[in-house]
Amino acid sequence: MLDAEFFRRWMTATAASVDREADRLTALDSPIGDADHGSNLRRGFTAVRAALEKEDPGTPGAVLVLAGRQLISTVGGASGPLYGTLLRRTGKDLGDAAEVDETRFAEALRVGVDAVMQLGGAAPGDKTMIDALVPAVDALSAGFEAARSAAEQGAEATTPLQARKGRASYLGERSIGHQDPGATSAALLIAALIDAGADTAGE
Amino acid sequence: MSDEKLVGIVLVSHSAAVAEAVADLARGLVGGGPVVPVAPAGGTQGGGLGTSAELITAAAASVDRGAGVVLLADLGSAVLTVKALLAEGDELPDGARLVDAPFVEGAVAAVVTAATGADLDAVQAAAAEAYDYRKV
Repeated sequence: MLDAEFFRRWMTATAASVDREADRLTALDSPIGDADHGSNLRRGFTAVRAALEKEDPGTPGAVLVLAGRQLISTVGGASGPLYGTLLRRTGKDLGDAAEVDETRFAEALRVGVDAVMQLGGAAPGDKTMIDALVPAVDALSAGFEAARSAAEQGAEATTPLQARKGRASYLGERSIGHQDPGATSAALLIAALIDAGADTAGE
Repeated sequence: MSDEKLVGIVLVSHSAAVAEAVADLARGLVGGGPVVPVAPAGGTQGGGLGTSAELITAAAASVDRGAGVVLLADLGSAVLTVKALLAEGDELPDGARLVDAPFVEGAVAAVVTAATGADLDAVQAAAAEAYDYRKV
């Protein structure tokens, strides 16, 4: 079962991963975006970490709702409302449950991913974070490791695509040949589930 | 509708300079009517290019006279942040709406219409109609 502590570790592990990979994310965002994805997400997840320490939310849903709110407030770019909506909707779907199993988490994450697609108007194949998130949710029933691989493959598969959403879409065919920074950071978020789960007692 | 209950207008841009200049332009084209509550919410809190949820919520609160608030946004994160704040439910005043309109033309139409004492629907419609005015 996954408790509030697990979700706190997930957010902390994501923050650490974003910290480590910020330069790579910004480098990916340089040819097809505005070269701030890494620094924006680092600012956002630093705020998430600080808020979780200060407020100590007691349920999985509350952890994700608080984290999402921080991202909407602090990121400053499109990834803020998108990741913020992902975490908040997932958290709201989990409700007040003190613990959730992996199946329930997968269901809630799908609700969150659907909300992101609705907010940004993006579908799979548009060269966005959705290209990592949808395969990850589909694979989640087979475990965190499967979700991580699916997300990473999904992110890599954005390279030959032409962007149809966001700043990169203005580049048309010139967006082809670059891995999408949003799909790459989404893969980091999913990969961090493994770090969070590694400490789960009894697993 | 009385002058005290004018619809408020928030202009959300990636750039503080753009938001402020468009607010000035719209106010300047109103003429001698009542002063419409217009607030720019441009750039990040640090003054850089981007979007600040805090600046948006503060701007919306500052123009709320109880008749609703219309928000216009320029690009990408400006649009998405307003939508995300609206989805939160309690971040923006009652009757706050994101209006689908061209930023400059929509702002002028919204402010001029709001100055007549028009209600929220009429202000929204005027801003959205700015899309229909073709230039060529």
